[in-house]
Amino acid sequence: MTMAEGDLAVTELHFVRERAIEAKPPPASMTGAVGWVRGNLLSTPFNIALTILTVALLLWVIPALVNFLLVDAVWSGVDRDACRELVQHREIGACWPFVWERLPYFVYGSYPIPERWRVDVFFAMLAIGVVWLLWLEAPRRDIGSAYFFVVVPLCSYFLLHGFPVVGLPVVDTVLWGGVLVTIVVASVGIVVSLPLGILLALGRASKMPTVRLVSTTFIEFVRGVPLITVLFMASVMLPLFVPEQFEPDKLLRALIGIALFASAYMAEVVRAGLQAIPKGQYEGAMAVGLKYWQMMRLIVLPQALKITIPNIVNTYIGLFKDTTLVFIVGIFDLLRTIEVSRIDPKWAAPVTSTTGYAVAAMFYLVFCYAMSRYARAMEARLATGNKR
Amino acid sequence: MTNAAQSTSPLKPTKLNTPVAVEITHMNKWYGDFHVLRDIDLKVLGGERIVICGPSGSGKSTMIRCINRLEEHQSGSIVVDGVELTNDLKKIDEIRREVGMVFQHFNLFPHLTVLQNCTLALIWVRKMPKRAAEEVALHYLQRVKIPEQANKFPGQLSGGQQQRVAIARALCMNPKIMLFDEPTSALDPEMVKEVLDTMVGLAEDGMTMLVVTHEMGFAREVANRIVFMDEGQIIEANAPEEFFAHPKHERTKLFLSQILR
Repeated sequence: MTMAEGDLAVTELHFVRERAIEAKPPPASMTGAVGWVRGNLLSTPFNIALTILTVALLLWVIPALVNFLLVDAVWSGVDRDACRELVQHREIGACWPFVWERLPYFVYGSYPIPERWRVDVFFAMLAIGVVWLLWLEAPRRDIGSAYFFVVVPLCSYFLLHGFPVVGLPVVDTVLWGGVLVTIVVASVGIVVSLPLGILLALGRASKMPTVRLVSTTFIEFVRGVPLITVLFMASVMLPLFVPEQFEPDKLLRALIGIALFASAYMAEVVRAGLQAIPKGQYEGAMAVGLKYWQMMRLIVLPQALKITIPNIVNTYIGLFKDTTLVFIVGIFDLLRTIEVSRIDPKWAAPVTSTTGYAVAAMFYLVFCYAMSRYARAMEARLATGNKR
Repeated sequence: MTNAAQSTSPLKPTKLNTPVAVEITHMNKWYGDFHVLRDIDLKVLGGERIVICGPSGSGKSTMIRCINRLEEHQSGSIVVDGVELTNDLKKIDEIRREVGMVFQHFNLFPHLTVLQNCTLALIWVRKMPKRAAEEVALHYLQRVKIPEQANKFPGQLSGGQQQRVAIARALCMNPKIMLFDEPTSALDPEMVKEVLDTMVGLAEDGMTMLVVTHEMGFAREVANRIVFMDEGQIIEANAPEEFFAHPKHERTKLFLSQILR
């Protein structure tokens, strides 16, 4: 004996369980709708206060929104008079005839009307590619990625810009606008920034000092400069150094600027993921004889990218909205076309601007929310099966 | 046990090119100013089973990790089956293909199934077709007695099972030499035996093994030689019977008195 049992004041030293305790269902207060409300909405005084506050907020916002967008909205008309309180003698909400008339301009900008089918084909091709790539059960996803990363970019270029040999007249990018420009800028940014960002992140984590220096310098320089500055530099300073005949297209310059800018941010996102991978994974990969690129491609990046999906999508959403900044160098993205239309004297009315901005808000909201939901679904899917 | 190398098992490891599996001479290594490995001399013959023990921080893990270049040494030489380890990446790759390693924390790839963990290197390093690779992998999973777990992810297995998968993964490459870096230290006590049994089986097939471990029972049963290290130096090396019965160095005596109670 090592210790006197009396010192511990043990009442009963001997215990043997004779019968196992059966599992019972939880009490009724924990289950059902009432249980949920009590547990989640009314659990503490602070929670009750929050619930009341939230309900009040919703009651304040939602009716106003519904009134403006639907109840008081104007649905038909030919000019500003339809949307003016002074003329109509009633409360006026959104001015939808304005949007309806201006919709082609919002979508295509000044793209020549007889050629607009080309933009429609581009949208369709892109949509097929996106679905093929993002729908994980889709058949032949290998062809899907080849289609998305090779066929779509090449075809889009000839389709949108023109290919006179086959009868597609050249459409100068100055005429491009609206949703077309927004989608082109955003998809180029999204598609280019991930691979480039991964390379930069690997470069920054490299053992080779020169590679590391170049990557780090690029990332820190681009991150240290506002996007607007990058765009200005691309559109104003570049022509100063390049002879006029070699001067790249204005839209192309903005595309490059945005893609490089997004890559630097993406690099930092990916780097965070790389740092979260335990050293043992590298060692395990090296010990079985994988070479550097195999190790990165097969072991490290799949795990690193998986944990950074929320941040990657966050960067994408930021990028999608940042595309609106191209208007500052004279490119007509969606927001710019709305901006131009809302001051059109034909539709000048107090509600015109609000309606235009509401359209922009809904457009960006739908796209960003879709990206966010898709990312959530991916996370949930990847979280099953291979928990550590 | 003595004639284990002549076992008729069909899983006999590939023959080494040279009689000496690993030869380390006057090897030194520093972490910054810290002299972790000091003038290491160790010669391991083909089919030998070496157990390396010593207090933590004595450099035993670092030493075996030098053998497949997970750690770089700064002076002296390491020759693995006739190939000297230098900065030449080709030689490092060649040695890593011949040397299998099992880690304390398994280091399985959590995003791949057990089967994919085993076939990965066969497909990408040995350039084997997928079907053939799976056959080899299943064969070794059978060998470590968990073929039924092939399609699970590592995270769904117990520690002991994970470590056996790690052994199977290393064996798939048909290594000539196996390195074990504290293979049972991270396991629950109940799982240690299944891993040690697997290792004993491997020893019986004549595999050349270098094992860093604190399992003295295993050392006594399996090792040809026990190497005791402290402060980055090899203090004493001897056959297990002699090592346990008549340790010569004071440090060894102290160590044994601490761990054998």
